[in-house]
Amino acid sequence: MISKPHVDWLALSPTLAMIGATGLLLMVAVFVPRRPRRGVAAAIAFGAFLAAFALAVVVAAKTPNGAAIVADSIFRDRYAAYGQLLIAGCGAVAVLISYGERWGDEHVAEYYALLAAAGAGMAFFVQAANLLNLFLALEWFSIALYVLCAIDIDLVGSLEAGLKYLIVGSVGSATLLFGSALVYGATGELSFDKIAAAGHAHNAMLVAGLAMMIVGLAFKSSAAPFHMWTPDAYQGAPTPVTSFMSSATKVAALMVTYRILQTAFPADQRLWQLAIAVIACISLAWGNIAALVQRNVKRILAYSSISHAGFMLIAVAAASSLGVRALLFYLIPYTAMSLGAFGVVAARERELGTPVTLDNLAGFGWERPLFGISMWAFMMGMLGFPLTGGFVGKFYVFSAAYDSGLWWLVVAGVIATMISAYYYLGVVRAMYLRESAELQLAPAGGAPPREFVLGGGVVVCLIVTVGSFFAVQPLIDVATSAASAIHF
Amino acid sequence: MTTLLIVLPLAGALLVAIAPLTSYWLGSLAALISLIEVAVWITTVGKFDFSDPSLQFAQQRAWIPDLNVSYHVGMYAFSLWLVGMSVVVMAACVIYGWWVDRARARAYFSLMLVLAGSIVGVFTAQDLLLFYAFFELMLVPLYVLIGVWGGAARLRATIMFVVYTVVGSLLMLAAIIAYGLQQGTFDLTTIKPSSSTWIFLGFVAAFVIKSPIFPFHGWLAITYRESPPEIAAVLSGVVAKAGLYLFLRIVIPKFPGPVHDWRLVLLLLASISLIYGSLLAFRAPDFRGVILYSSLAQSGLIVLGLLANNDLGFDGAVLQIVNHALISASLFLIAAMVERRCSTGEFRLLGGMARGRPALATVVLTAGVIALAVPLSTAFAGEFLILAGVFQQGWGWAVVGAVGIVLAAMYMLRAISGVLHQDVGPAVPESALDLRLGELAVVVPLLLCLIGLSAWPNLISGHSFGGNHAQATIAQGLK
Repeated sequence: MISKPHVDWLALSPTLAMIGATGLLLMVAVFVPRRPRRGVAAAIAFGAFLAAFALAVVVAAKTPNGAAIVADSIFRDRYAAYGQLLIAGCGAVAVLISYGERWGDEHVAEYYALLAAAGAGMAFFVQAANLLNLFLALEWFSIALYVLCAIDIDLVGSLEAGLKYLIVGSVGSATLLFGSALVYGATGELSFDKIAAAGHAHNAMLVAGLAMMIVGLAFKSSAAPFHMWTPDAYQGAPTPVTSFMSSATKVAALMVTYRILQTAFPADQRLWQLAIAVIACISLAWGNIAALVQRNVKRILAYSSISHAGFMLIAVAAASSLGVRALLFYLIPYTAMSLGAFGVVAARERELGTPVTLDNLAGFGWERPLFGISMWAFMMGMLGFPLTGGFVGKFYVFSAAYDSGLWWLVVAGVIATMISAYYYLGVVRAMYLRESAELQLAPAGGAPPREFVLGGGVVVCLIVTVGSFFAVQPLIDVATSAASAIHF
Repeated sequence: MTTLLIVLPLAGALLVAIAPLTSYWLGSLAALISLIEVAVWITTVGKFDFSDPSLQFAQQRAWIPDLNVSYHVGMYAFSLWLVGMSVVVMAACVIYGWWVDRARARAYFSLMLVLAGSIVGVFTAQDLLLFYAFFELMLVPLYVLIGVWGGAARLRATIMFVVYTVVGSLLMLAAIIAYGLQQGTFDLTTIKPSSSTWIFLGFVAAFVIKSPIFPFHGWLAITYRESPPEIAAVLSGVVAKAGLYLFLRIVIPKFPGPVHDWRLVLLLLASISLIYGSLLAFRAPDFRGVILYSSLAQSGLIVLGLLANNDLGFDGAVLQIVNHALISASLFLIAAMVERRCSTGEFRLLGGMARGRPALATVVLTAGVIALAVPLSTAFAGEFLILAGVFQQGWGWAVVGAVGIVLAAMYMLRAISGVLHQDVGPAVPESALDLRLGELAVVVPLLLCLIGLSAWPNLISGHSFGGNHAQATIAQGLK
């Protein structure tokens, strides 16, 4: 007789809430009549993300210290709960951003089902404790995202985005899988802590596996030089999908990267520290320089997300408890700014019916004050200017790097920030400094759509972005307790 | 009290942003708020103990205890004067913006008030990161103020201005992080002096660009020419002083070793700024050109005073910072009034405006004569103290300073005569009015401040460092 393993339902509950919603939403797609379907589906998805958020809080509250491992396969700790919190929050805002999107009603429930499935996959990803679950969860949320990218068949480039993401993403997944196999071959173990115990520093097969795993995860966090899919996928995908990809995927990929490196490969720390530092520098350089010449706002934001991956990898490279705090803090304003910025782009897109470029953003700030001011705040935040959490985040990341003796990463980050001033301010320039009269647009007719739901989502992002400047210590306290799950 | 000075304009900005008023009333609301700010400052002066060299009206609250960063504000006597000049100049500029009825009033006046609050923050912050935050925050409204309400080449001006300043301030950020983490605190009152040249250079980068000092003044000309005039007044009068304040508050007290090693270089750069700026001002084809290059010269002179490293130099530098803020703000506003009448500031198209316009002539002459530091004026007092101070460093530097002052007389007299005297210029319409009451209400208070200081320069030069021990106070690191 096969003994039934003990299942820690609470540890799984955030994931289960979202995957449950996926099932429910597929039912909605079939049974709910077309007219109320959009509202019902969005409400269910929103509720599921909120429930996952609440459950993650419960898990965090009931798991006061350290990292507990359930059945050799998943972590139950505050680090994972913190990631799930952010992912669920991103999902909820992404639902708000998606609500007004003009795609056909026949796919709307499936869209939300996939969104919830992707969220569930990521939530599972951040608590994976062995290589098997790691790969399973990675594929789980990746496949959902591939489909999401291509879901709007009428959108030019959407299919291309999905295909590019699928192909390049598969290379990333395969690399991760190959790396995992090598690590398993070198140590004979699957779970992270046992790999750490069994692995020897500078075992060639282990190091090769480690390198390939870093590459595979870098694909997901869209760090250069593994970012090739990012601009095209971000530009081609429907904007709400991009908003979710750029925020939640980053949270999942970066948090998992830190966890694996620190728990499974502590012996090779000097090695992966250097590797991550180099990847961070390349991301900073590539992301910022390539963003300078873009005209399409989604592409600018895509390159900016590459450069932000670089900033966050600086925190990873620091490999210290200050580094974890820096990463965990940085993720809060970053996700808010990224979601919010894509939300504003979505609003302009719906207004114009064309892709948003710097040219047709002219005068937007004066026409739509709320969106304009929000976008301004998001751009200032990404640039790391005060009154936004981005300022504190950058300060923390640089502090972590300096504290670990990586002063040259501080220099790289500072230079990258200087370069980035040009294009972030370029967006502000487009919105405020240029007259809409310069703009040659075919009038869509009538007043722009009133986007109450989208506006709500953007306001939430604005509050988080600005609030994380003032309420730093409470957030740091949360991050610190989450970071305590990782040992140094 | 200090927090009130910072928060009042910021809260005012929020109020202006949402108040359901017409643009005229928004302007008057902003003007009222900035006048209340001046009143608050005057109350502060009344309560200030000038015999005490230590920090006063200090407030400290936790911000990021994790890294020992706090919201710590307070004022030394010299910061009090710098705050005073900021609130006065800001009030004049806000009222000027109200008088000329700037378009998009809601955004304009909110941004002006944000700027006012962040400037006060720069001069009162006693925590490195907080200082940096205010330092950067100034840039956010300035970027839009120049870019939206500026002249024809405003977009290029914003890029120049932002690129230069951001480079300087980010190098300072790197220095701040290194300094703060090395010492385990970011609190300026408790942090120990450092001997690291690299950190010193990071701070100096921000200082030389912001002030500006030759050869880092590339942003100066286009920014001051393309800004709306009242923003140029704020920039040269107040914002640029943040660089000098940084030098006085942080670099000199906290980096005694590197300052000593680099004194010659800094003295040379300051001297070149003084002479080169004066020569450029003498050659400038337009009114604003004279004022903006004289700002470069003046900041060179002030740095000479700060580097003198003695009581005379420090007292004179603080007095001259305030003087120049008031002078340059009034001159830019006067230039605006001339440009408004003639649509140009170029001397070859101007001239002969004195005839039939007594108020304009009086105002230009008063401001100009104080600017060229005639004896008995407050600028003379400030420059004399600086020269006397730097003389003790070496007589050669004093000679450079004296030459600069002679050149100041030349360029100011040229500017005055180019506007007021000579033949009536082709761009000067017969119908150009004398200064109106509203314009006088903006400029005359600034000039009255200058005349008052001329009568009693010791108000600032003798009350900036608690008794007359500036050098000793600073050498102790401004605890």
